[in-house]
Amino acid sequence: MPKNKPKVKEHRIERDWCKGCGICVHFCPKNVLDLDNEKKVMAARPEDCICCRLCQFRCPDLAIEVVCED
Amino acid sequence: MSRQIEFVQGNVACAKAALYAGLEFFAGYPITPSSEIAEYMAKRLPQNGGKFLQMEDEIASICAIIGASLTGRKVMTATSGPGFSLMQEALGYAVMTEIPCVIANVQRGGPSTGLPTHVSQGDVNQARYGTHGEHAIVALTASTAQDIFTLTVDAFNFAETYRTPVILLLDETTGHLRERLEVPAADGIATVGRLKTTVSQGVDYHPYLPREDGRLPMSDFGGAHRYNVTGLFHDMWGFPTENPKIVYGLIRHLVDKIDHNADQMARWKEYYIDDAPTLLVSYGAAARSALHLVENRRKRGEKLGLLELQTLWPFPHELVREKCCHAQSIVVVEMNMGQVLQQVKLAVRQPEKAFLANRIDGELITPTDIQNIIHVIQGKGV
Amino acid sequence: MSVRDYLRERFFPHMWCPGCGHGTVLNALLRAVEKLGLDKSEIVMVSGIGCSARISGYVDFHTMHTIHGRALAFATGIKMSRPELSVLVPMGDGDALAIGGNHFLHAARRNIDLTAIIMNNRIYGMTGGQFSPLTGYGCFGTTAPYGSVDHSFDLVELSTSAGASFVARSTTYHVIELAGIIEKAIAHRGFSVVEVMSQCPTNFGRRNQAGSAVEMLETYRKQTVPLDSEAAQTSPEKIRRGVFVEKKRPEYTEAYEEMIRSATGES
Repeated sequence: MPKNKPKVKEHRIERDWCKGCGICVHFCPKNVLDLDNEKKVMAARPEDCICCRLCQFRCPDLAIEVVCED
Repeated sequence: MSRQIEFVQGNVACAKAALYAGLEFFAGYPITPSSEIAEYMAKRLPQNGGKFLQMEDEIASICAIIGASLTGRKVMTATSGPGFSLMQEALGYAVMTEIPCVIANVQRGGPSTGLPTHVSQGDVNQARYGTHGEHAIVALTASTAQDIFTLTVDAFNFAETYRTPVILLLDETTGHLRERLEVPAADGIATVGRLKTTVSQGVDYHPYLPREDGRLPMSDFGGAHRYNVTGLFHDMWGFPTENPKIVYGLIRHLVDKIDHNADQMARWKEYYIDDAPTLLVSYGAAARSALHLVENRRKRGEKLGLLELQTLWPFPHELVREKCCHAQSIVVVEMNMGQVLQQVKLAVRQPEKAFLANRIDGELITPTDIQNIIHVIQGKGV
Repeated sequence: MSVRDYLRERFFPHMWCPGCGHGTVLNALLRAVEKLGLDKSEIVMVSGIGCSARISGYVDFHTMHTIHGRALAFATGIKMSRPELSVLVPMGDGDALAIGGNHFLHAARRNIDLTAIIMNNRIYGMTGGQFSPLTGYGCFGTTAPYGSVDHSFDLVELSTSAGASFVARSTTYHVIELAGIIEKAIAHRGFSVVEVMSQCPTNFGRRNQAGSAVEMLETYRKQTVPLDSEAAQTSPEKIRRGVFVEKKRPEYTEAYEEMIRSATGES
């Protein structure tokens, strides 16, 4: 049996910290994120998230945390 | 107990005194006429478990000692004019961040490379005004190996007490002159240790909140308390601020903690001043010639006196005013264009009675030079 | 510990521009520290002046924000006095290699155990976009309006020849690699240099048609190759990333302790 793919619980976003540079949106391999109409990041398609955390690691504002199940 | 008498250069007296005062860390860069201090430290400090660093330049030297001081060490560097010029920005940083350190400047002729092996006292104003921005500073000087020892210990004590850089303004003559030094017994001169915070770990510590007496207890950097240090204007936690009230308060604190304690830091010597119509005011190597002249003339019945200043900054204006109040004429003997004369004129009631006896040619001013100038002042011709 | 436990959160959002790479360096640095399991109180961060230097205000370590170019000299005093502390020295390219170039060379020569993290954005950002020693020939800055005629240092070669015993390069695109490299650099005993190519969209990007932060990261992705990869062989014009030097050399504070033992006759 292959190991279960990690599942996302939540994208914790500090809206006040996000400066809307769009790095996380552009480089998300599964196109999970969008900028909202205030140019703040939002998890538009969280069900597609594979918990790679690249958005969290690349975020220059330290504004996203990807919380996964275990 | 046998007394410890030695025959040493002023630079070595300075180095010995620094160790006596508890020096643990020295960083420097070779420069004439101060290098003997570094050489002495290179040999002795490691023997005492201390650290000596020869850095890549004077800027690195002063930065390294500031870093080491913050971690709880007593620190020092030594240099001469060109190196002292390079140190000015970091000196301002030590003023702003209130990190104790001692900087010996063994003065030589300047500006620029000037006269590396000749005497001058041209850096008095640089010690006070060399770094940018409003601030106060402490600068001490001395004329004999014995006094260099005492004043060096004072320098460390003031640095710790007031959390400030202290400048020791020596000069080529006193630095290189070999003479008798009686090393005080271990408890002969009181030494001031670092005032450390009593705030325990885990409790909010304010590195920049002065106590009622104006002193700021320190916490060894890297130790129990994590805090920030910056050369920007900062609040009581050490974090940057542009709040005008806090900026004003910090400047006032930096200036007042020195100026309000000028009396405590005033060091001087006086010879025959009570009945002297002509009073010499001098310091450092120039004071040796002034004293020689005074004693010589006294033997011949001429009423000459000498006020030898050892604290140059904060300048002891009240002391000078008081000591000069009976003199008909005041002759400031120094080896520059009148840097202390300027302060004496500000201090005394009748500035028109203050005159300059100087040499600026790299040669030590002699008793005869001073005598000749006194004759001119007295209208007796040369 | 989570990365956020190392932050002084009350100062967030930080002062860097949108898309500035320096925040990503902070992000990677904290992950490295977390991975190493270091306690906040074991770490000293000493910085100089510039956008990069402001990083010290945001981390809950022992932090010292000093003067332009001299961070390594202050850090040398701290490390010599307290060798048991981990001392991190983040710098900008101008801070480390122009005004601070001499201190950089000598810290590397001594091989003192400091971790120098050079956030190379190829520009003086805080003062508004003047060219730096890493801007590069033909590139533009406010003080190079016709294109710079100054050539760049190669930071990796410079550090290596000066004697650094750990030398590496990464970018703010390669964030997993970057955190791993910083982790190795901190753990290394000796002078460690990590060059991080870090985008400044505001002041470098705008003047050099490098595009947005996203486009600058795309450039890092396309124009760099791992040191030991086939691509590094076939595309020599691309910038190499990875650990270039990792060797044992006597470390300065240890050598000094040895000297003290010999001076006091203990050895």
